[in-house]
Amino acid sequence: MKSARQIASDVQSGARSAESEMATSLAAIHAKNEELNVFLFVDEAGAREAARRVDERIARGEPAGALAGVPLALKDNLCQEGVPTTAGSRILKGWLAPYNATVVDRVIAAGAVVMGKTNMDEFAMGSSTETSAYGPTRNPLDPSRVPGGSSGGSAAAVAADMTSLALGSDTGGSIRQPAALCGLVGLKPTYGLVSRYGLIAFSSSLDQIGPLAKNVADAALLLEVIAGHDPLDSTSLPEPAPSLVAHLKDGVAGKRIGLVRELFEGAEDEVVASVHRAAEALRDAGATIVELAVPEFRLGLSAYYLIAPAEASSNLARYDGVRYGLRVDAQDVAAMNEATRTLGFGAEVKRRIMLGTYALSAGYYDAYYGQALKVRTQMIDAFRRAYQQVDLLVGATTPTVAFKFGAKTANPMAMYLSDVYTIPTNLAGDAAISVPFGTGECDLPIGVQLLGPGRSEAQLLAAARVLELADGRP
Amino acid sequence: MASPLRREDVAKVAKLARLTLSEAELDLFTEQLGQVLEHAKDIAALNLEGVVATAHPFGLINVVREDVLRPSISRDAVLAMAPDAEDGRFAVPRIIGEAP
Amino acid sequence: MVVGLEVHTELKTTTKMFCGCANAFGAAPNTQVCPVCLGLPGSLPVLNVRAVDLAMAIGLALHSTIASSTFHRKNYFYPDMPKDYQISQYDLPINAGGYLDLPDGSRVSIERAHLEEDTGKSTHLGGSGRIHGADRSLVDYNRSGVPLVEIVSGPDIRSSAQAHLYASELRGILIATGASDGRMEEGSMRIDANVSVRRVGQPLGTRCEVKNLNSLRSLQRAIDFEAARQFELIESGGTVRQETRHWDENLGATSTMRTKEEADDYRYFREPDLVDVVPDGAWLERVRGTLGAMPAERRATLLARLTSPNAAQLDALEVVVDLGFDDYVLAAIDAKVDAPLAMARAANELAAGIENIANLSRDAFVATLTMEQSGQLSATQAKTVLFELLAHGGEPGDIAKTKGFEQLSTGALSDTVSELIAQHPNEWARYRDGDDKLAQFFIGLVMKFTNGQANGKAVIAELQARR
Repeated sequence: MKSARQIASDVQSGARSAESEMATSLAAIHAKNEELNVFLFVDEAGAREAARRVDERIARGEPAGALAGVPLALKDNLCQEGVPTTAGSRILKGWLAPYNATVVDRVIAAGAVVMGKTNMDEFAMGSSTETSAYGPTRNPLDPSRVPGGSSGGSAAAVAADMTSLALGSDTGGSIRQPAALCGLVGLKPTYGLVSRYGLIAFSSSLDQIGPLAKNVADAALLLEVIAGHDPLDSTSLPEPAPSLVAHLKDGVAGKRIGLVRELFEGAEDEVVASVHRAAEALRDAGATIVELAVPEFRLGLSAYYLIAPAEASSNLARYDGVRYGLRVDAQDVAAMNEATRTLGFGAEVKRRIMLGTYALSAGYYDAYYGQALKVRTQMIDAFRRAYQQVDLLVGATTPTVAFKFGAKTANPMAMYLSDVYTIPTNLAGDAAISVPFGTGECDLPIGVQLLGPGRSEAQLLAAARVLELADGRP
Repeated sequence: MASPLRREDVAKVAKLARLTLSEAELDLFTEQLGQVLEHAKDIAALNLEGVVATAHPFGLINVVREDVLRPSISRDAVLAMAPDAEDGRFAVPRIIGEAP
Repeated sequence: MVVGLEVHTELKTTTKMFCGCANAFGAAPNTQVCPVCLGLPGSLPVLNVRAVDLAMAIGLALHSTIASSTFHRKNYFYPDMPKDYQISQYDLPINAGGYLDLPDGSRVSIERAHLEEDTGKSTHLGGSGRIHGADRSLVDYNRSGVPLVEIVSGPDIRSSAQAHLYASELRGILIATGASDGRMEEGSMRIDANVSVRRVGQPLGTRCEVKNLNSLRSLQRAIDFEAARQFELIESGGTVRQETRHWDENLGATSTMRTKEEADDYRYFREPDLVDVVPDGAWLERVRGTLGAMPAERRATLLARLTSPNAAQLDALEVVVDLGFDDYVLAAIDAKVDAPLAMARAANELAAGIENIANLSRDAFVATLTMEQSGQLSATQAKTVLFELLAHGGEPGDIAKTKGFEQLSTGALSDTVSELIAQHPNEWARYRDGDDKLAQFFIGLVMKFTNGQANGKAVIAELQARR
C-alpha cells in the first residue's frame, strides 16, 4: 500500500479517487482478514460513504484534509458512533458506541476513511493480542507468530497493507512493541498531547493514543491530526497540535543522545546489536552518543504492575451488566454483577483486576500502590536528570523479535517482561517512538526505541527519520 | 510487609471485585498474583519516605469548564443499549442492602 | 447524647459536576444524561467551575480553611452509580475545619465541607416500595453527576433541639450563599445524623448513623428516639452496635438497615482523570466579593432597626431573614416606613407570593407601604396592591388607580360620616359620651358604605373631631 502522504496527495490532486483507494484497502482486507484476524469489524458501508464524501469535496474544489482518502484502522478500544466497539472483550460484545472519540472526529474531519476496528488484547491488557476474546491476530510477516500487543490488530492492519495508517493505544508499550514486532513506526505521545476522550480506559494516568505507520513521515502526519488540546479531557495539555512534519528533516547534528544500558540489558543478541548500530548511525549523522546508566528504570516493571492494574480495577468496575453490554441474569443485582463479569472477562483481565483491587485495599495501599506512586516520582526525576545531560535516549523497544503463539502465555511474568523498556516512558508521561532498524532471527524486524522528554515529538521524529534513512528506507 | 498472597486474600479480593473464582482458579491466581507481588518486593523494600506522589506529570491544575448547558444523549439511544429497561429506566434485579 | 450531622446539599448550578447535562429537578427519567454522567466506556469528567465557586462560598461562610484539593475515587458497586465509583474528595478536601455559630449562642465545629458527585435514583418495585422485599429496581440517572457538597460537623451537638437549630442555620447559610435551595422535601438537602450516648465526662460511646431524615422535624424526632434507644439498651446491660439505621417517620422509630456481609473497603485513590484544584488569592477574593451577608448578620442588622420588638415581631424577623426579604424591609425602613408594618407585610404578603418575588421590586414595595402608611391606601388595599405586584409586576400607583383605590376626598368622607351619624343617633350618643368601642362600629359602617375605600385613620380623625 502507498504511504499516507502519497495517497492524500493523489486524492487531493484528483489523480486518484478516495473511492478507489478505499477499494484497494477493502480488497486487501477481504483477502487476508480471515487468516490473520486483524479486523473485528469491517465497516464497508461506512468506508464507502466516507470515501464518497471525500470525493465530493474534491469535486467541489474544497480541501479534503491532510488525510484525504487515506484508509485508516482504529483499535477497537476507540469509540466510534454507531459502530461495534468491544475493547477485545466479550463483555462489550455487540455494544455500539453512541459517540465518537475525539481522535476519531479529528481523523474523519481530516478526510481519513475509517475501514474498521482492529483486534486487541482484552481491555489493552497484554503484549501479544493473545488475550483477545475474539482470537489472536497473526503477524503478517510470519503468521505463526504474534504481532505484539495490545495494539496487535492495528499493527497488523498496516503491516499487511490493509490500511495505510492505524491508531493504537499505549499504556506500557502497546503501540511501540507491536510496531517493533511488525516492522512499523509506532509512537507514544507525551501524556496529554492526544485526547483520551472516547478511549476505553485501561490505566488513566498512563494511556495515550498514537499512530502506527509504515514510515516516519506518515506517523508524523497522523499525529499532527490527532494531537492538541481537547476541552473534554481534563488531563489534556493546553496547547494546540505541534508542528511535526515540517521538522522531519531537522536531523540530529549537535544533539546529545544517551545510550542507556537499562534499555537493552537482557535483550536478545541481535536486538542489542541493532541498538548499537542505531547509535552508530546517529553518531554518523552528527549526534554525540553518551553512555548512560539509569538504574531507576529497573523499578519500572514493578511500579507499573501495581499502578496500571490498580487504576484498571476501578476503570473496569463499570462493566456490571446494568447499563450496557453483557448481562447474565441472577436473583439479585450483586449476583448479576458477579455472573456477568465472571463470564464477560478473560483470565488476564481478572488477574489484573484482582491484583489492582488488592494493591488498593486497606492495609496494603501503602506498601504497594502508595509505594509505586512514589517510585513513579523517582522515575520522573531520573528522566529529568538524564535530560540534563542529553537531549534524547536510545535503546531497544522490546527484548525479542516476534515470538511464537503460546511462547509467553504459561507464566504472566514472562509476558510482562516484554514491556520492560517501554514502561518507564509511560510512567514518566514522556514521549517515545519505535522505528524499524535491522532484522533478527528469521529476518524478523527489530525495533529501536528513541525516548525524549515531554513535548519532544518533533525531535523524536527527526531522529527516527535519521535511523529510517540509515536503515535504507528513503 | 510484602507477604506473599494467601488464598483467602484472593477470595476476599475476588468478592470485592465482583468476580467468582472456581477452586482451581483460586489456586492458580493465588500463585500467579503471588509471583507478581514477589517481583514487586524490590519496590516494597525501598525507603521512600519524603518522596511525594506526582499528580499530573506536567503540573496541570485548575482545569475547569464553564457552567453552560451541552446537549444530552437522547433517551432512546441510552435505553437502546440497556440489557433491560422499563418505563424509561434501567431495570435491575433486586438490590440487597442500602447504598453506603 | 452526642450528635454529629452530615449534610449533603445539591448545588444550584445550571449543569452537572463533570458534564454539561442539565442540573434540574423533575425531568422525565434518563433525559438528562450523556456519556460522562452515564459512565459510558471512554468518557471523562471535566470540573464545573461554578460548583467550585459555590463550594468555596460555603467554605467562606463556615470559616473553613480553603486549600488546594484533589479528587479521589470512592470505589463500590451499586446500580445507581454509573461508574461503580464515586468521584469525591478524601484526605485533601476543598474546605477543612470551620465553625457555625447558632442563634442560641452555641458553636458547632465543622470538620470539612467537600465536593462530590451525586448518584442516580432507584425506585423499587414489588413489596412495599422500599428496598427490602422488592423484586426489582429501576434506575434513573438524571441525578447522577449532580454536584454535591458534603458538610460534616464535629460531634459537638448535645440535644435534638440544637441539632434542629444547626440544620436550620446551615440551611439558611446554604441558601444565602446561593449554593442551595435547601429543599429537603425535594432531596436537594439531605441530613444524616450520627448519634451516640455517654455519661458526662466519659469517652464517646459507639455511634449509629441514622438515615432517611426528610425534614427538620424528622431530624429532631429521630435523634430523640435513637438516643433513648441507645440509653435504654445500655441501661439494660446491652451494648450499642455500630450500624446504620433507617428512620421510619410513620412508626416513629429507627431500625437496622440490612448490612452487607463484608465491610466496605472503598479503596480510595487519587482520581487520575482530574487535576488538582488550587484556589489562588484572586479566585478566593472573587468568590468572597460575591458573598452577601449570612443570616446571622442579616438578623442582627434588622434587629438593630427595631425598637423594643415584641415576641411576634421577633418571630416575623426570623421569617423575613429566612425567606430573604430583609433587603425589602430595610429599604422600607430607610424610607421611613414603620418597621413593624414593613415586617408584617414581608412576613405575610410577600411570603404568600414568594414564588413570584422576582416581579416585585424593592421600590414598588416601599412605594406601596408608604401609601399605606400615609393613609392613601387602607391595609386591605395595600395588601391587594402587593398581591397584584407579585402576580403581574407593575407600578403601585397605576394599580391603585386601576382598582379605583382613590383616596376618598376629605369632603366625601366628611359627608359620609355625617350621614351615618344621622342614621345611628343612639350609637353616636354613646360614643360621644365616652364609649370608645363604638368607634369600630362607625368605622365598619363607613367602610361598608365606601366599599373599603375609606382610610381607617382618617375616619377616626373625623369621629374624634366631632366628638
